[in-house]
Amino acid sequence: MSEDVPAIHPPALPAELSPEAPASPAMDPALEPEIEAPILTVEALSLWYGRAQALKSITMRIPEKRITAFIGPSGCGKSTLLRCFNRLNDLVDGVRTEGSIRFEGRDIHDPTLDVNALRSRIGMVFQKSNPFPKSIYENAAFGCRIQGISRKRELDPIVERSLRGAALWDEVKDRLHESALGLSGGQQQRLCIARAIAVEPEVILLDEPCSALDPIATAKVEELMLDLKSRYTLVIVTHNMQQATRVSDYTAFLYLGSLIEYGETQRLFINPAKKQTEDYITGRFG
Amino acid sequence: MTGTRRWSDLAGRAMTWLTGGALALNLLLVLGLLALLFWNGAGYFWPRPVVLLTLADGTRVMGEIDDREPIPAIGPQAATTWRIKVKAGNRDLGGEEFKWIDEASIVSRSRPQNAIVLERVEWGNFYGLLAGRSADGTLVIETAGGERKEIPAAKIVREVHPNALSVWGKTGVYASRLREFLLDDPRESNTEGGIFPAIFGTVMMVFLMSFAVLPLGVLAALYMREYARQGPTVRVVRVAVNNLAGVPSIVFGVFGLGFFVYGVGGAIDRVFFADALPTPTFGTGGILWAALTLALLTVPVVIVATEEGLAAVPRGVREGSLALGATKIETIVKVVLPAAAPGILTGMILAMARAAGEVAPLMIVGMVKLAPALPVDGTAPYAHLERKFMHLGFHIYDVGFQSPNVEATKPLVFATALLLIAVVTVVNLAAIALRNRLRRKYTSSAV
Repeated sequence: MSEDVPAIHPPALPAELSPEAPASPAMDPALEPEIEAPILTVEALSLWYGRAQALKSITMRIPEKRITAFIGPSGCGKSTLLRCFNRLNDLVDGVRTEGSIRFEGRDIHDPTLDVNALRSRIGMVFQKSNPFPKSIYENAAFGCRIQGISRKRELDPIVERSLRGAALWDEVKDRLHESALGLSGGQQQRLCIARAIAVEPEVILLDEPCSALDPIATAKVEELMLDLKSRYTLVIVTHNMQQATRVSDYTAFLYLGSLIEYGETQRLFINPAKKQTEDYITGRFG
Repeated sequence: MTGTRRWSDLAGRAMTWLTGGALALNLLLVLGLLALLFWNGAGYFWPRPVVLLTLADGTRVMGEIDDREPIPAIGPQAATTWRIKVKAGNRDLGGEEFKWIDEASIVSRSRPQNAIVLERVEWGNFYGLLAGRSADGTLVIETAGGERKEIPAAKIVREVHPNALSVWGKTGVYASRLREFLLDDPRESNTEGGIFPAIFGTVMMVFLMSFAVLPLGVLAALYMREYARQGPTVRVVRVAVNNLAGVPSIVFGVFGLGFFVYGVGGAIDRVFFADALPTPTFGTGGILWAALTLALLTVPVVIVATEEGLAAVPRGVREGSLALGATKIETIVKVVLPAAAPGILTGMILAMARAAGEVAPLMIVGMVKLAPALPVDGTAPYAHLERKFMHLGFHIYDVGFQSPNVEATKPLVFATALLLIAVVTVVNLAAIALRNRLRRKYTSSAV
């Protein structure tokens, strides 16, 4: 279904030799997989909701055009971390962050940075499908209309391309102008993915995209994710460890706001370096 | 144990009957009111037969039978006797328009085929027998008393021969009278003719009010729900808005008089219409000030409904829009407001229904018994928002209780009330249809 992952990982270098590794005291191979040319770089990121600390000094790098999965028990901060990447946490009252996130080398908290432009380059798909109460066509065209593309001649191919990209075109091409809320749950979620890829983002954040879907719809969305990997960087939060092993290249395990372990998915699930990780993935947790 | 269960079972059944009974009583009262209005109002235009009565003392009376009631009996053994009320018209010939006649004194009744009812521009109806017609249209009528009167065609609104009419003919008269009622100006200080200016004034005032209240209410609700920091201040404002809905409407009228008419209107006059002073132009009651006063009265309804509509838009939808790079304003305008539109329209419907039926505050900000001209006409600037206007609600009060001829106008009160209900219903149905269209467009059933 997807092209074979090219061997971008050279034989494992000792972590200390990795040139881009920040000089953090961790320097732990369990936390520092070799990632060349990361698209997102998180450094010592901490976040508080009021007084409660939700993220504790997280440092990690997200590889380009790969699927990175965040796993961990509820409340461990994985969705919070995901929502830091497009600064959606800004909307919550009383949020304070420390540390930095660099997107293509630039700090996203830079006050001169246009947050709306950032969000149009880092798309997001939510846990609960949230199509707009508009037609299917208008949902797919929404992001482009925001960017000022309003001519039908330009929009039509974008809508078709994004719906095809989300493997939804054949199912909806005859009812593009009907309400998106008439679609099934799985179709709605794929429409949300189409909506996200219509604006040609570089990164797509997926926050438990399959948690409300049945197994068949889940399989379709997973297949789609593997498909999208050739063009986009995907970051997915999931509760489903099978899903993480099926789709992701890298997996990060978070617990109580801290990054416990981060590495290639194969390695992390087969040979976890940390006891907590092992306990969690084998279900012995808590 | 079984005792308590039986008790609660019994109480449950009693509750069902109690609640169902209350609903049934409500429905019965509403339907009864509508039936009463319909019977008395809609039947008014149907031509009734004209009877010629000869009494025991030899006098003859002609007219429509209006009512029949038992004469209050004196003493326990007295037999019940009846009397009838005859609308005899012919006010210009002297005598009363309505006559009470004991049935016992009637010697004979007949329905002469050549009986005629003339609805006239002045002096009300004329009843008589057609005696002749001259070339220029002047009618010669012989009254029941034997007098002859010539009535020129120019004075006649409608000529009806009720006893000679077929059902179709009567239907024609009915339609013609209904048309006059709906589309013509009133005559004879509102006791006859139509009520078109009142319909026009009511509808125009309600629409002006809508244009004022919709942006005001929606913007206020948007600020409270989307921009303001939720806290004690917003809560206090919310409670205050809700309480505003409970302020007696006459208080709004007084405020409208002081603020809009004297304050704003007076200032406009001083600046733009200084030549006309001391005659006020905007500094006196008018349809614009009435509409704005009612907008203040109904704005709490719109704010509350809009807030509820906005609150019902899922957070995920807003986040989805923001995550696509939309700004907050784009999100509100393109996603949140369309999704909240059905709720906003519900508020509008309630506001319009309330405004259409409100009378008290309007009496001091521009509503009049008889307006010389409509607020819209053919002379520039076409819409004359400073003009005074007529209103169905006030018309009911005026015709029913301030009229020189209360007896004759009683059916008009019913007809006008029926019409007011019809106008409110039509306006509401239009708004509901629009709302349902929006609902289908934006929120068809999921899955």
